Amino acid sequence: MVGLPGTGDALAGVAEIEGRSLWQDALARLLRNRAAVVAMIVLSIVGALAILAPFLSPHPFDEIYWDRIQAPPDFANGHWFGTDGNGRDMFVRTLYGARVSLMVGLLATGVSLLIGVTWGATAGYFGGRVDNFMMRFVDIMYSLPFMFFVILLMVMFGRHIWLIFIALGAVEWLTMARIVRGQTLSIKRKEFIEAAHASGIGSFKIIFRHVIPNVLGPVIVYMTLTVPQVILTESFLSFLGLGVQEPLTSWGVLISEGARVIETAPWMLIFPATFLAVTLFCFNFLGDGLRDALDPKDR
Amino acid sequence: MFRYVFRRLVSAVPTLLIIVTIAFFMMRVAPGGPFDQERNLPPEIEANVLKAYGLDKPLVEQYLDYVGGLLRGDFGPSFEFRDFTVRDLIFGGFPASLQIGSMALLLAIIFGVAFGAFAALRQNSRVDYAVMTLAMTGIAIPNFVMAPILTLILGVYLSLLPVAGWGDGAWVNKILPVVALALPQVAYISRLTRGSMVEVLNSNYIRTARAKGLRERIVVGRHALKGAMLPVVSYLGPAAAAVVTGSVVIETIFEVPGIGRYFVLGALNRDYPLVMGTVIFYAMLIIALNLVVDLIYAWLDPKVRLE
Repeated sequence: MVGLPGTGDALAGVAEIEGRSLWQDALARLLRNRAAVVAMIVLSIVGALAILAPFLSPHPFDEIYWDRIQAPPDFANGHWFGTDGNGRDMFVRTLYGARVSLMVGLLATGVSLLIGVTWGATAGYFGGRVDNFMMRFVDIMYSLPFMFFVILLMVMFGRHIWLIFIALGAVEWLTMARIVRGQTLSIKRKEFIEAAHASGIGSFKIIFRHVIPNVLGPVIVYMTLTVPQVILTESFLSFLGLGVQEPLTSWGVLISEGARVIETAPWMLIFPATFLAVTLFCFNFLGDGLRDALDPKDR
Repeated sequence: MFRYVFRRLVSAVPTLLIIVTIAFFMMRVAPGGPFDQERNLPPEIEANVLKAYGLDKPLVEQYLDYVGGLLRGDFGPSFEFRDFTVRDLIFGGFPASLQIGSMALLLAIIFGVAFGAFAALRQNSRVDYAVMTLAMTGIAIPNFVMAPILTLILGVYLSLLPVAGWGDGAWVNKILPVVALALPQVAYISRLTRGSMVEVLNSNYIRTARAKGLRERIVVGRHALKGAMLPVVSYLGPAAAAVVTGSVVIETIFEVPGIGRYFVLGALNRDYPLVMGTVIFYAMLIIALNLVVDLIYAWLDPKVRLE
C-alpha cells in the first residue's frame, strides 16, 4: 500500500498517450477519494511503526522496570505511553501488539482468501451437482455459531498463535466463497472462457488463469473488509484471555489489561484502544473507497 | 406456512447433530483433561473420578450417552461448579442474558432505523455526514473497548450509574451492559437503513405517492420506510448472532450472571460439559432466531414465497 500514491502520479502521465486500463481507472478513482487516501496513509504509518517497533523506543518490549510500575506517560524517561502493571513500557508494547494484530489480520485473511476463492470459483465454474454440494456445505457452515467453535478450539488445543491464523481464516472464507461463486457464474458464459475452452485448456487452468483474475475486484474489496474483522475477532479472543500468550501481546490483550485498571491507569486502555479503533476505521474507509473505485455501477 | 416452519425445524436437526458431534469429538481429541490440574491423585481415586463422570467407557458409548442425554434435556454435570448440572446453570443464566440481549436488539432496531432514516431524508447534508461518521465510529470501536469507556465516563467520573454487578436485576444495573451491547448494532442498522432508504426514496412508487399529493409524513412513514426495512430485517439474523456473541464479553465485563459468563468461565477452566452445553444452546438459539427472521421477512415482502 505504501507505494500506491507514487505509482498513481506515474500512471497519470502515461495515461494521455496510451489510454487507461480498467485498473488504472479504478486507481485514479480511488486516489480522488480523500477518505481512502488518508486511510491508506494512516495504515502505512501504523504498519511502519509495527515493523520498526524495536528501533523506535529505548525500551525492550519485555523489560520490567520495578521502580516504574503503572507509571503515567512521561517524556523524560522515554515511557511516552506510560508503563503497565508489570512495569513494562506501554509504547513499545502497543507497537508489538500492532505487529501481532496486523499479522493475524493479514495472514488469516490470506488463508480465507485461498480457501474461499478456490472453493467459490470451482463451485461456480463446474455448476450443477458439484456446485449444489459445495454451496450446501457452505450454507451448513454458515448456520454454525462459529465464534464459539473458534473459542472451543482455542480452549482445547492450547493458545498457539498459528492456531489463531488457521481458525480465523477457516471461519472467514465462507462469505468470500459466496461472492466468488456469484461472480464466476456470470463470467463463465462469456466468450473468452468459451474460446479458452475451445482451444483445449483444462478446467483448472481456465479457473486459475481466466476466471479468478476477472473476479478480483469484489474479492479485493471484501478482503479489505475482512482484515479489520479478523483483527477484531483476534482482539475479542485475546480480551477473553484466549488469544496470544505472554510475553507476546496484541491489542486485545492490552485492552483487556487496561480495562481492568481503567480508574487508576487510563493510559493503559486509551493508547491500545485508539490504535485498534483507528486501524479498524481506516480499513473500513479503504474498503468503502475501493468498492466505489472498483464497482462504478454502484455509484 | 406451518409446513414451512415444520420443514425448517426438521432441517435444523442434522445441523445440530453436526454441531454436537464436532464439539464432542473436539473435546475428546484435545490434549489434557479437566482433572489434570488437581494434584497427583492415587490411581484408584482417579479411576473413581473418571468413573463418576462416565469417562472410563469407550468413546462411542460416551458419545451415545451424551446425545441420549441431550434428547432428554440433560447436558451433563459441570466439572467446575460441582453440585450443579449444566442445565441448571444454563437455565439459571438465561433470564439475565435474555433481558439484556432482547433489550439491546430492540434498542438497536429503534435507534438504528431512526438515525438511518433521518440521515437518508437529509442526504449529503451535514447531519447526514455526522450520523454516518458516528455510525462508522460505532463499528470501528468494538464493544469491549466501548464498555470500559462508558463505565469510566458514566460510572466513575459522573457517578450516574453502577460500575458493574447485577444488583438482583435492578434496572440501573442493566443500562450500561445494554447500551454497550446495542451500540455496534445501532451503527450497522443505521448504515443499512440509510442505504436502502436513499434507494427507495428515488424509486418510482415514491414519486407516484408524492405526485398524488400525499403528505410527506405519510410518504415517508407508510411507503418509504416499509420498503427500506427489508434489508434491515434480513440483517436481524446476523445481528441477533452478534448480540449473542457480544453478550459473552459484556456479561464478563459487567459481571452479569448470564450464560455468556458461564461460557467464558467454562472455557477458561476447561469445564468441557459446560462449554459444550452453552455452545449447543447458543446454536439452537441462533437457528430459532434465523427462522423467526425469515418468517418476518416473508410477511413483509409478498414477493417472497415460503415453499
